[in-house]
Amino acid sequence: MSPPRTLLSKIYDRHQVADLGGGDMLMYVDFHLVHEVTSPQAFEGLRQRGVGVHAPAQTLTVADHNVPTLNRAAGVLDPESRAQIEQLQINAAEFGLPWIPLDSVDQGIVHVVGPEQGLTLPGTTIVCGDSHTATHGAFGALAFGIGTTEVEHVLATQTLVQKRAKSMLVQVEGALGRGMTAKDLILAIIGRIGANGATSYIIEYAGQAIRDLDMAGRMTVCNMSIEAGARAGLIAPDETTFAYLKGRRHAPQGAAFDAAVADWRTLASDPRATYDAVVRIDAGAIEPMVTWGSSPEAVISIGGRTPNLSVVADAGQRAQIEQMLAYMGLSPNQPLDGLPVDTVFIGSCTNGRLEDLRAAADIARGRHVAERVRALVVPGSGHVKAAAEAEGLDRVFIDAGFEWRDAGCSMCLGMNPDRLAPGERCASTSNRNFEGRQGPGGRTHLVSPSMAAAAAVAGRLVDVRSFG
Amino acid sequence: MQAFITLDAVAAALPIANIDTDKLVPGRFLKGVTRAGLGRILLHPLRFDADDQPRADFVLNQSPWDRAGVLIALDNFGCGSSREHAPWALLDFGIRCVIAPSFADIFRNNCLKNGILPLVLPEADCLAVMDLARDPATARFSVSLSDQTVTAGGRVWPFGIGAADKTKLLEGQDEIDAALARLPEIKRFEARIGYAAPHLGGV
Repeated sequence: MSPPRTLLSKIYDRHQVADLGGGDMLMYVDFHLVHEVTSPQAFEGLRQRGVGVHAPAQTLTVADHNVPTLNRAAGVLDPESRAQIEQLQINAAEFGLPWIPLDSVDQGIVHVVGPEQGLTLPGTTIVCGDSHTATHGAFGALAFGIGTTEVEHVLATQTLVQKRAKSMLVQVEGALGRGMTAKDLILAIIGRIGANGATSYIIEYAGQAIRDLDMAGRMTVCNMSIEAGARAGLIAPDETTFAYLKGRRHAPQGAAFDAAVADWRTLASDPRATYDAVVRIDAGAIEPMVTWGSSPEAVISIGGRTPNLSVVADAGQRAQIEQMLAYMGLSPNQPLDGLPVDTVFIGSCTNGRLEDLRAAADIARGRHVAERVRALVVPGSGHVKAAAEAEGLDRVFIDAGFEWRDAGCSMCLGMNPDRLAPGERCASTSNRNFEGRQGPGGRTHLVSPSMAAAAAVAGRLVDVRSFG
Repeated sequence: MQAFITLDAVAAALPIANIDTDKLVPGRFLKGVTRAGLGRILLHPLRFDADDQPRADFVLNQSPWDRAGVLIALDNFGCGSSREHAPWALLDFGIRCVIAPSFADIFRNNCLKNGILPLVLPEADCLAVMDLARDPATARFSVSLSDQTVTAGGRVWPFGIGAADKTKLLEGQDEIDAALARLPEIKRFEARIGYAAPHLGGV
């Protein structure tokens, strides 16, 4: 009998084209998502080599990072952004690649588009020049971000040189409390293992609280694996996964779907498979989480306080905390509940799906955004936007004083016009609170969609459980 | 890719943990379509003030570190996004080696594709070599990849690196050429695929 294998090992085994020695393998890539920011130099490399794209039908191009989320019909006003997006379209045409136009309902953030089109399938390998490619691991796909040289490698050969990563099991025992979300869970996990706690690992998330999540929640969890240092996160596919995929545009159909499900059922880690590291998390203890610093590991529950410096023994660590507090305009031992915010951003590949917008709308419904607070809702794709409008969520948000935008990465990384001004404080459903991430000098507090909506209404960070 | 064999260069100390890719190259500078010229904006939030003027108190704005070829930092260097603009900016500035206790995976990988040596030393050793780098008299470091040593201030620090990564850097291998040579093997693999895989045929 063959030794028990993890989900990760099974995917590696399926995709090894050649053993290159020294621990390297040539790994086959089933699907490649390409956006405008990290690809132009890769296409230029292909031209210089005189080679084409090896598997155009396994490559999808779509612009998301630079796209305006307001008045889409007017086109892209920023000349550099426009040039980068036009270059992607030119490259797609020249190399014969599928391209989603900006005005298509299919357009959106790559990591929202792949799953909703049924392109993200269990047991496959997916890459993109974007670290949040980890999102697709929610389906039991091995999905990770790559640099531009590797984008060129995949375009030219549909393969990558890979070492097998170490495996980490994050076992989430018990059930999340009422009102707790996948975002609170992943922020708590990152707080526990640290921003580089999973470096050189790939995480598999398991346990009751993970099984209980819908696909949107699972994507939120896997999305932020990179914020703990892991290139990828994985969740074994199950009935929830199969139900999500059934009938999706590019998923297998009919008998082919049934055959695929039979195969997908074999992917879960074998009962006695071993991991290089195991972390256990008690889901029931998790409260609404909010970051206080400029690293995602700097996170506490909404009822908590910023670090008390007198109990931090290590001088280097103390200096780091002081620096983060100074950047964030906070003091040691300060409660976050009640901290006034200027801006609220609801969207991104972490929390820009329909379920996220519903959660935010449940808080916004019948209430109003506080005076002087700017609140943006940016759907993750054109389809998310259309589905939300069909449910009337756009009216809920607009009536409550939120801005209802078009799909894109938006204020998650400030490449398009949606940015924070220096010193502005933002409750954000995105994934990174790095200094300047949302605009130079901007101060980001990462939260769940319902916590963000509550902050918009209250005008300050607040425990969403206090909203009936 | 330029091979990395030895490096003799000024080292600059940047005693900060979690230097993320947004610090190395902020998002608003990612709008170019070439690799060129990014050295100018490397570490922009630390190097320049709100009016875009160089901060006199920042190490890379001071002689001799304005010509640094080695950068020393703390844990989790290069965390965050996959943007290869970060190593491109280091390279364009003239930095061919970063020394830190740990590196983020994607950044480390991107360095290896660009002939930059991500050199891991324990934190205590990083702090010790930072002290040498701060003194212009001892700021010149010698790095030998073949010997796996850093020499500074008359002392020698050995470092570890995986055999495959070492060979790639020493030879300046182009992995894409090597993989293109295996296309027949890749096509045989594709003909054997037995699982459901996404396909946009006919789009």
